[in-house]
Amino acid sequence: MPAKNYASTRYSELSEINADNVKNLQVAFTFSTGVNRGQEAAPLVSGSTMYVLSPYPNVLFALDLSKPGAPPKWKYEPNPQPAAQGVACCDVVNRGPVLANGKIYFNTLDGNTIALDAENGKEIWKTKVGNINVGETITMAPLVVKDKVLVGNSGGEFGVRGWLQALDAYTGKPVWKAYSTGPDKDVLIGPDFKPFYEIDRGEDLGTKTWPPEAWKQGGGAAWGWISYDPDSNLIYYGTGNPGPWNSDQRPGDNKWTSGIFARDADTGQARWAYQWSPHDIFDWDGINEQILLDMEWQGQTRKVLVRPERNGYLYILDRTTGEVLSATAYSEVNAVSGIDLKTGRPQYVDSKKPQLNKVVRDICPNASGAKDWNPSAYSHKTGFLYIPHANLCMDLQHSEVNYIAGTPYVGAEARFKAGPGGNRGVVDAWDVQQARSVWSIKEKYPVWSGALATAGDVVFYGTMEGWFKAVHAVTGQVLWQFKTSSGIIGQPTTYRGPDGHQYVAILSGVGGWAGAIVSGDLDPRDATAALGFVNAMADLKDETTKGGTLYVFRLP
Amino acid sequence: MCSAFPKSMLLAGALLAMAVHAQARDLRICADPNNLPFSNQAGEGFENKIVALLAKELKAEVHYTWWAQRRGFIRNTLKAGLCDVVPGMPANLEMLRTTAPYYRSTYVFVTRAGEPQPTSLNDDLLRRATVGVQMIGDDGSNTPPAHALAERNIVENVRGYSVYGDYRETSPPARIIEAVANHEIDIAIAWGPLAGYFGRRQSTPLLLRPVTPQFDGPKLPMVFDISMGVRREDTALRAELDDALEQRRPEIEAILAEFGVPRVAKNSTHAGALP
Repeated sequence: MPAKNYASTRYSELSEINADNVKNLQVAFTFSTGVNRGQEAAPLVSGSTMYVLSPYPNVLFALDLSKPGAPPKWKYEPNPQPAAQGVACCDVVNRGPVLANGKIYFNTLDGNTIALDAENGKEIWKTKVGNINVGETITMAPLVVKDKVLVGNSGGEFGVRGWLQALDAYTGKPVWKAYSTGPDKDVLIGPDFKPFYEIDRGEDLGTKTWPPEAWKQGGGAAWGWISYDPDSNLIYYGTGNPGPWNSDQRPGDNKWTSGIFARDADTGQARWAYQWSPHDIFDWDGINEQILLDMEWQGQTRKVLVRPERNGYLYILDRTTGEVLSATAYSEVNAVSGIDLKTGRPQYVDSKKPQLNKVVRDICPNASGAKDWNPSAYSHKTGFLYIPHANLCMDLQHSEVNYIAGTPYVGAEARFKAGPGGNRGVVDAWDVQQARSVWSIKEKYPVWSGALATAGDVVFYGTMEGWFKAVHAVTGQVLWQFKTSSGIIGQPTTYRGPDGHQYVAILSGVGGWAGAIVSGDLDPRDATAALGFVNAMADLKDETTKGGTLYVFRLP
Repeated sequence: MCSAFPKSMLLAGALLAMAVHAQARDLRICADPNNLPFSNQAGEGFENKIVALLAKELKAEVHYTWWAQRRGFIRNTLKAGLCDVVPGMPANLEMLRTTAPYYRSTYVFVTRAGEPQPTSLNDDLLRRATVGVQMIGDDGSNTPPAHALAERNIVENVRGYSVYGDYRETSPPARIIEAVANHEIDIAIAWGPLAGYFGRRQSTPLLLRPVTPQFDGPKLPMVFDISMGVRREDTALRAELDDALEQRRPEIEAILAEFGVPRVAKNSTHAGALP
């Protein structure tokens, strides 16, 4: 799976490549996906086969690692509906496939989940789960838990109602579906639901924390990462921002958007829920990764869940109860002054709230947050969480005339810009126990790639200029770097090849929300394009061009 | 005969070349294939009809690229070079160069005939009745009436209708108008051309009234000038379109009237009752 394990540590025990010899890494082979859009997928390996999934049109390639140059064994083309491209909010990305039960599972932009025979690429089943006609797309990597494939939708921008559903891994038949908004029966909230905080208890809060019926177009799409704890049989995943109403048109907490659910993997029944950003006003999707750790906490071993959240806080939750043990700012934050540990509530700063007819300046973090979808890695050796993230703030105002489907309207005009220090990206090594940054690497652009940590004390990540970097897990010293053909927004993975040696793989190809200026050919003069991201990325076109190439490295 | 033959051939050849040249001019349009009253693939929308007029004026042949109007429409169509003109754009839209406006319309209150009609956004009726607004879906973006209601803290009785709707249905944005006729809501606050066209097609008689004030504060216009859009650099094409729009003004007016597009006089300070 892209996250390496159910705990989502992205930590590999392989250590042939280590801090001493990583400087000697060389290209072993490359492969073009043939699609020059944002490459967010993780290359996966099983046996002597590597699986690479392209952005829309979501072509899956199987490469034969036992042969020189790793030629393709087969490819599978799902031919998604072209109209899906017009529905995708932020580039036509896909976050990768997942391997289980001798099958490879993945989602297509037009809302299908597909299972292939991992050996020969033969389609075993294909289930339509999303409807692009109402604005639903799917970009997330599924997770397989026992005999179920878990899939969630994207499309909060179109007012879709978020859901996560479980499909039978062998037949593709829907087993359960849990909405993020609406009455308890739709959200799969029943007698087992025991949220930690008082405010999350009560009947049908998924409707009562909204104006009548607004929850029907409430957002809360589940387009991010899912973790799983086999001991408790609970899955954990986040929900997207509420939408598409103005925040002042949806008073209330807008449950269960911009939050997290713990659910029974077999039945989907919710065990607890918590909102990172109740009544979100900044587009802070709560869909980031959650790393499951067992750690010492004030003299006791606690089963925790670590979440570097959009709002700039790093949360440690008791994953059995949903209690927030700590929440510490890991990035520049001025829109939230703190998280009240008694109530679990963030304290929004009034002067940074968006207002009609007024420019609100220097809101930190910006709408994409201190960290977006791109996942962190955790090393048990160092006890550090390696967080690739952004350092961005924004100015917001409602003024720009726009139109859609024949209807003129007034849009929110957002302009993203570098946060304090001027660097737009950061990689932090975060000491989870001490709740502080140990070292920090400043990057020119937001770091939009995932991280990978290994037992060789090396941490890998990529930059939007196209550098693939190996840094020392303890000191942060850059040990090696290689310039790929395009900016990197993918997820590095490592594996032991059929020859017994360790390899490191990354897809290069800039795009995504942050890189849409390049992958979508946006005009750098359109400061508010890509929902404001272009303002912060105007110079990226001078640094890199579109791409779609797999790079695999090994020692000589 | 021997000498005449090549001569006439030459002439025929020249005529043929002229004919080819005259027909070679394409007016390449990007439009939504399923969005009446604006456009559809059958060419039944008022924008289709106006485009046909302009093509006649420019002696060009219309070629459509059909593309659902979603976020990225301009980028994926006009800016990607699939076409040269997109009709129905708000004047001075930042990402385009736009022609002189060919009409000005307004958001309207849509009510059932014989039932109370709001006199303005400040009418208390809007607090009591169930009010539908169009939803844009873009984060933080909403129609001016939706913003205006929120500003007045009119929340609980407001319902949303997506401008996208379910694209499998015909003309998905029409649902908000049907909702008034069906008694699902009491009042819709919808963009004029949509209300004008679908308002007439309901079995329940509906009334339209322009939303006032025309500007609800400096940032919330209820009226918009509508133009044709071209790429920023295509100034020559824009000039031609401006001329053609001017030449065909009476016919364009007739089309807009036929489709029931509520129009507001350019210099009116407040919109009066609609014809």
